[in-house]
Amino acid sequence: MGNSLNAWSDWLTGFSPMGIPLGLVIIAAIPLVFIALYALTYGVYGERKISAFMQDRLGPMEVGYWGILQTLADILKLLQKEDIVPTLADKFLFVIGPGVLFVGSFLAFAVLPFSPAFIGANLNVGLFYAIGIVSIEVVGILAAGWGSNNKWSLYGAVRSVAQIVSYEIPAAIALLCGAMMAGTLDMQKITLLQSGPFGFAHFYLFQNPIAWLPFLIYFIASLAETNRAPFDIPEAESELVAGYFTEYTGMKFAVIFLAEYGSMFMVSAIISIVFLGGWNSPLPNIGGLELNAMTSGPWWGAFWIIMKGFFFIFVQMWLRWTLPRLRVDQLMYLCWKVLTPFAFVSFVLTAIWVIYVP
Amino acid sequence: MQELDKAGQGSIRVTRKSANVVVLEKDLATEQMVLAMGPQHPSTHGVLKLECLTDGEVVTEAEPYLGYLHRCFEKHCENVDYPGIVPYTDRMDYLAGMNSEFAFCVAVEKLLDIEIPRRVEFIRVLVAELNRIASHLVAIGTYAIDLGAFTPFLFCFRDREHILGLLEWASGARMLYNYIWVGGLAYDAPADFPKRVQEFVDYFKPKTRELFRLLTENEIFVKRTKGVGIMPADVAINYGWSGPMLRGSGVKWDLRRNDPYSIYPELDFDIPVPDGKFSEIGDSLSRHLVRALEMEESLKIIEQCLEKMPSSEGFDPRAAIPKRIRPKAGEVYGRAENPRGELGFYIMSDGKSTKPLRCKARSSCFVNLSAMKDLSRGQLIPDLVAIIGSIDIVLGEVDR
Repeated sequence: MGNSLNAWSDWLTGFSPMGIPLGLVIIAAIPLVFIALYALTYGVYGERKISAFMQDRLGPMEVGYWGILQTLADILKLLQKEDIVPTLADKFLFVIGPGVLFVGSFLAFAVLPFSPAFIGANLNVGLFYAIGIVSIEVVGILAAGWGSNNKWSLYGAVRSVAQIVSYEIPAAIALLCGAMMAGTLDMQKITLLQSGPFGFAHFYLFQNPIAWLPFLIYFIASLAETNRAPFDIPEAESELVAGYFTEYTGMKFAVIFLAEYGSMFMVSAIISIVFLGGWNSPLPNIGGLELNAMTSGPWWGAFWIIMKGFFFIFVQMWLRWTLPRLRVDQLMYLCWKVLTPFAFVSFVLTAIWVIYVP
Repeated sequence: MQELDKAGQGSIRVTRKSANVVVLEKDLATEQMVLAMGPQHPSTHGVLKLECLTDGEVVTEAEPYLGYLHRCFEKHCENVDYPGIVPYTDRMDYLAGMNSEFAFCVAVEKLLDIEIPRRVEFIRVLVAELNRIASHLVAIGTYAIDLGAFTPFLFCFRDREHILGLLEWASGARMLYNYIWVGGLAYDAPADFPKRVQEFVDYFKPKTRELFRLLTENEIFVKRTKGVGIMPADVAINYGWSGPMLRGSGVKWDLRRNDPYSIYPELDFDIPVPDGKFSEIGDSLSRHLVRALEMEESLKIIEQCLEKMPSSEGFDPRAAIPKRIRPKAGEVYGRAENPRGELGFYIMSDGKSTKPLRCKARSSCFVNLSAMKDLSRGQLIPDLVAIIGSIDIVLGEVDR
């Protein structure tokens, strides 16, 4: 199995340097789309179940065993909904908004190494690309918010743009700490450098005591970048009705939703790649019991990175269902006066560590 | 009144520079935009409409528009007899039906000057305090949701469900009870009622602490509410505020103590007032805190009621109900402490009819809401939401 996956990946990357046929790009994109869709389906289902258990409820129970098909039923429902474009909306912006949003979050999936054998596009500046491409989301949000011609949408869009642009700074600096430890921006290489017989002990988070600081900074900043609680002020439903997607219905709404869950998974995957070894197994070899060797390989790798991603998604949900929401100015305070200085401090400390501590 | 005088010497204190001051100082003012918040907005708690003049996120003016839920309560009263009004009072403050009925019955009984059996009084206080807890749970839960915390809301509703179950058992209805009648009760409390209420009290006591840990002591929650919408005590008194709103401003004023009715003088309970250590006196957090602490006091009252309640042997809840309620000519103002403040009924009788000549309801929410314009000036939109939430309005009572 592993070999066939390897061969397939080689076959794909073999064409990669120049003039790739469009068909191959699509073939490479299909598994990524499926990963994104599964992240949505089970992300939404998981969110509803987790919130239900936290709140003494049952959550969806009717569709399928324990409501496991609820999200599919919801998607079918959304497909049938009337697709309303408000009369006074800017139709062009209103229609492309969700598309740009989705493409922005989905493009970053291309450089995520989902297994030792599979990465959509093995860029040598993968991390840089991932940080940069996510900013396209901002355009989509602004288009959606402005195009809706709704004051609440506009508020949501403006807040969201301010928030995402601000939080990219601490997030990027925190990720650079990881890149500095690896000495490369290549996501696959960053992951490879964290492999070893002792499992989790090779992960950057446990190799370097300073790494905890950028790890936490990136996690907090990623919550803000994906508009998750306690930083969900762009879509603060008690203040702004639904923020920038107030006017959206049917499949356009579903696409926005997909983009949100897609970027949730994306930031979770990035944090696990840079700090927690990506597809590396966390289990160590203990003497003769070679747990690490047993749980490594292309399929195991995909399993580990998806599990790590889901763990961070779980933490994001856990926070969402526990904490109230910050105010706009408090959010900016946290970004510029707390996270950014600490990010710089951790940057300098990591540099010192990398140079002086072997 | 002594307590009132002492605490009433508040002066306007500004701790955080309000946003519009900053805008003016730094010359950041931009074109203003009219923003209609409501009547279909998730955090206006019903059909309140606030027409805000905004400069970016800063609300420079907010004008409340009322009346979307106006149902002509006062005119209805002139056309139905006294027992017929009781169900209408349920529909005023639909989250605290028992308390509204209680207030109306207090007023009519004052006009009739009749003696009420002691067990009736105890059951009335018991259900009214249960309903007060239920109402405060909704207030706290929806306040949490206004500030973005979902889980406390559902925890509150889970606990409220127990109370609604109890009240449904006693009266047959979950929200619009028609249980407290003029001169008595619709039914006696069910046989096991005290036992079940005791079970609820034992269950709910740890839950109040849980709510404190989850919400009230949450750092983000405190940050969002502390120092937001400060109402000094003297201004609050001038606005005619009452209930948790006034107590949040540091005035120890509770009609259960200051103008006692029913059996409240026999019961031992405190009136929680913020001390200014955890919150700033008069801010949204104080108002929230007062509600959270009042639930514990209500539990105390319930326990005492259960202890002292006379037995149901040979008890007829309808014994003291007059055959035909036709008060002497005159007028009366009867009031009671509702979860949201002073609910008063001013009733005028011509002495001939079984219907009141005039019945005016003094609604606590309406009076509390009247300060909205002052409170919202120069706030950010999220703060405006926090302030509306802390006022805890029920539009059914505001519009009547």
